Amino acid sequence: MNSPLSGQPLDRVDGPAKVTGRARYAGEYPEPGLLYGSVVSGNVARGRIRRIDCDAALAVPGVVEVLHHLNRPKMAGDDESYEDADAAEGKPFRPLFNDRVLYSGQPLALVVAESLEVARYAGSLVRIEIDAEAHRTDLFAELDNAHDAPAELPGPRGDFAGAFEAAPFKVDATYSTPVEHHNPMEPHASTVIYNADGSLQVHDKTQGTQNSQDYLVKVFDLPKERVRVCAAYVGGAFGSGLRPQYQLTLAAMAALRLQRSVRVTLTRQQMFTFGYRPRTVQRLRLGADAQGRLLAISHEATGQTSRFEDFTEHLVEWSGMLYRCDNVALGYRLVPLDVYTPLDMRAPGAASGVIALECAMDELAQALSLDPLELRRVNFADSNGNEGKPYSSKALLDCYARGALRFGWHSRDPRPRSMQDQGELVGWGMAGGVWEAMQMKASARARLDADGHLWVSSATTDIGTGTYTVMTQIAADAFGMALADVTFQLGDSSLPTAPLQGGSFTVSSVGPAVRQACQALRGKLVAWAKGRYPELAGIDAGAFVVRDGQLQVAGKAYALEAMDVRVDAEPSARRQGFASATHSAVFVEVRIDEALGTLRVSRVVSAVAAGRVINPKTARSQILGGVVWGLGMALQEETQIDHGLGRYMNHNLAEYHIPVNADIGEIEVIFVDEPDDIVNELGSKGVGEIGVVGVAAAVANAVCHATGRRVRDFPLTVEKLLG
Amino acid sequence: MMPFAYSKPDSIEQAVQQAGPDARFIAGGTNLLDLMKENVERPARVIDITGLPLREVRTTANGGLQIGALVSNAELAWHLDVEARYPLLSQAILAGASPQLRNMASTGGNLLQRTRCHYFYDAAVPCNKRAPGSGCPARDGLNRQHAILGASEHCVAVHPSDMCVALAALEARVLVHGRQGEREIPFADFHRLPGATPERDNCLAEDELIVAIALPPPPFVACSHYLKLRDRASYAFALVSVAAGLVVADDNSIAGLRVALGGVAHKPWRDVGLERSMLGRPATRESYAAFADALLRDARPLAHNAFKITLAKNAIIRALTQAQAAEEHP
Repeated sequence: MNSPLSGQPLDRVDGPAKVTGRARYAGEYPEPGLLYGSVVSGNVARGRIRRIDCDAALAVPGVVEVLHHLNRPKMAGDDESYEDADAAEGKPFRPLFNDRVLYSGQPLALVVAESLEVARYAGSLVRIEIDAEAHRTDLFAELDNAHDAPAELPGPRGDFAGAFEAAPFKVDATYSTPVEHHNPMEPHASTVIYNADGSLQVHDKTQGTQNSQDYLVKVFDLPKERVRVCAAYVGGAFGSGLRPQYQLTLAAMAALRLQRSVRVTLTRQQMFTFGYRPRTVQRLRLGADAQGRLLAISHEATGQTSRFEDFTEHLVEWSGMLYRCDNVALGYRLVPLDVYTPLDMRAPGAASGVIALECAMDELAQALSLDPLELRRVNFADSNGNEGKPYSSKALLDCYARGALRFGWHSRDPRPRSMQDQGELVGWGMAGGVWEAMQMKASARARLDADGHLWVSSATTDIGTGTYTVMTQIAADAFGMALADVTFQLGDSSLPTAPLQGGSFTVSSVGPAVRQACQALRGKLVAWAKGRYPELAGIDAGAFVVRDGQLQVAGKAYALEAMDVRVDAEPSARRQGFASATHSAVFVEVRIDEALGTLRVSRVVSAVAAGRVINPKTARSQILGGVVWGLGMALQEETQIDHGLGRYMNHNLAEYHIPVNADIGEIEVIFVDEPDDIVNELGSKGVGEIGVVGVAAAVANAVCHATGRRVRDFPLTVEKLLG
Repeated sequence: MMPFAYSKPDSIEQAVQQAGPDARFIAGGTNLLDLMKENVERPARVIDITGLPLREVRTTANGGLQIGALVSNAELAWHLDVEARYPLLSQAILAGASPQLRNMASTGGNLLQRTRCHYFYDAAVPCNKRAPGSGCPARDGLNRQHAILGASEHCVAVHPSDMCVALAALEARVLVHGRQGEREIPFADFHRLPGATPERDNCLAEDELIVAIALPPPPFVACSHYLKLRDRASYAFALVSVAAGLVVADDNSIAGLRVALGGVAHKPWRDVGLERSMLGRPATRESYAAFADALLRDARPLAHNAFKITLAKNAIIRALTQAQAAEEHP
């Protein structure tokens, strides 16, 4: 047996298709007679549509139809039909349902035409009159209208108030984080192919083909077997594809009405008209003794949501589980505004919640005159205080040690403004990161061809994370075959059930299903071969190899027969009684020119404990992307809203800033060893989110070390750094 | 995008004959096409000038440089004469946009970039520059990027070009061709302040086409510096930029001084009288600070851009210090 493929830094199996353009994305499928839909968006944050005048648009040659709430085809009237697998609590948004305008940018009409250009032009001729009503979009101005979030928070433990009061060292600080939009490179698109029999084949930008399928089935009351949703390739999603987005509803609506194939692609501007990371304000109170031991933690957060749904994320839980503390109080409230509902965005909750916790820890270290890394070591927790369960593994101390060594943390002068180089202030900061290691139910099928090729499939997606590659590795190992003889298929609702691709649980959920299916198929092959070829009856199963299109055993070749197996995998029973999470320690060096307010992140070291890493190359890319994302959160990213207009105004990639190459210095990724035979049978925890968590806090902490200035309002733009 | 008629004239005369209020000239299209897609610009006719013979960079009789309007930003920035004799211009061009955009964008078009004000760019909201009389939400809205000098109650937008800031410092002249023939416009008079008519960015007449930029002989070579401050290291418009040039006499007094500011007004901002008043003063940080204070004396911040005053002051001092260092250590 060759050395396992798992653990090797293999190139992406889908790489050549992507870089040569053979990989088709949702908005790229050609289809004879395809019609193009262009969305007409509103510019009022709250009101009622009085009148829609489509005459000028309909008069444009090539325009086929203009759909709006008065002439749309029948769609479900209840809220439940619109609830998808990632729905927030409340009443989901229903595109073109009625005359209510719920937020600025809302789709109010769809122009369908023979070409995209005609559709878009005609869209500019649709006149929509709206009776505007007073709107409110400013979280900070509406804090008095907050209500408790419908989240299952851990109850208070111990006596926070008493312990905080008595603690000799305290921090009480409030942090804020802005609205951010996912902005994957590929804009959302749906191509709905209307088949001759009236069934729909949909190419959708989604993180869950079966979620989109279920949605269409319910909203348009269609038989499930007549709707198939595919997503062979997805050009980034970061959570924006977790819920069916309105381009899917509109494209399907138009296809059903016109009995034609229709594509709807959103513009970049329209990518700012659905879910996003919500703005938050967070108060952290920490109390500690003279040795730095945490005596009391309180994390109270308020986030924004829409008027129609209560979006919740795991914003404050991290403060009850990352460190050991007996007196903890967590609070989470929501303020409904005239905006769209927020949506999970890479490390939802943790990316913003851990900013507050890890900046407050840095402030506490300063108050104690203790090294920030030492403070974290002192408070290391080997069990999750929220659940009262030991961690299945937690190599965070190794992350601290290896990250610090690599970064050179020991030579840090703790005094603010003490480190300077060529006229710049130099600051070193660090933070910890945490993300849950979840596992969901998932199914997979494995099929062996008579010519010896292994086909393995599951309805999961690959949003750029490397799923095609990693699943191929797992399958090849489990069956004992060469990588080139294995093909993994995904992104199709007709394949065995898979959860949404999110939460860093794809490898840990789909991976075991793939492994079990391949192992079962191998068992089936061996049993079949022993029956078919009696001379193999006494030979050990390990000697059976499929190679060169044949079964090879002990130097002889045998003909194969096609066979397949389907497996429904459950989360590992061994997880009961344990908590599981990924962890990280991130170290950052900033260089600041105070007179000009410029900041450069010259170095980052991110040390990650994520169990067993299946593919160090794709995993490293996940962490690199997460670190870059975290630097953007720290320094640049913010969707700016004009509260007078109730509208996002920097809705393009020239004005919504994310880092460019020139912003990025050295980034080093370290995966520490973390054996874990409890978390799941692969021992792997997933790395999609952990890379971003903690980075922004580490930057802010480095800024404070460099300048002596504590900035608590993110992002840290020029005016906040100017000396 | 609205349907439009397209023509590609063979001569400058033809081009200006075709010009009119419903028409736009197009060269690189790096700004115009974006604006057309967003329905901010809605020309009925687009006149493609890329067939005109305006691609030459040549030395003039007086030792200056004449740059054809169709010379791309990239060609100009990397042109050997420009690099050697007008490094300020080269630096400014390379501080703007991205390599792809600079390959397409033309010299003439760079002068005609429209503002990046959020409100101007979103046809669904009011903007006096885009729809005269509709209002200016930026005045009380998102105005972090907006003007601190020369704004009006009708418009607080800033001009986005980097190249123009250097051209202002270099005292370029804009050669334009109209139906009445050619005229030359001093750079300081080319762009205008918004006043009550912010829809007009410059003083070009409807029938006029920019054919070239003329640079006088360089007043300073090594002793110049372009400093751009922005929200990320590349591909972002200036919050503040400074084109600084300096001539220092043997006794370390200021013998020549030019400072143009970008990102602070509806046009590159200069005060020639103030510059002259600095002549003879010692070339020191104190002098530069005094100059900066005076240049910014009339700055009027909006709710979110007061930081630009401090930033501009520090940037002026830094740019002049760097310019001086560049002469001492070329």
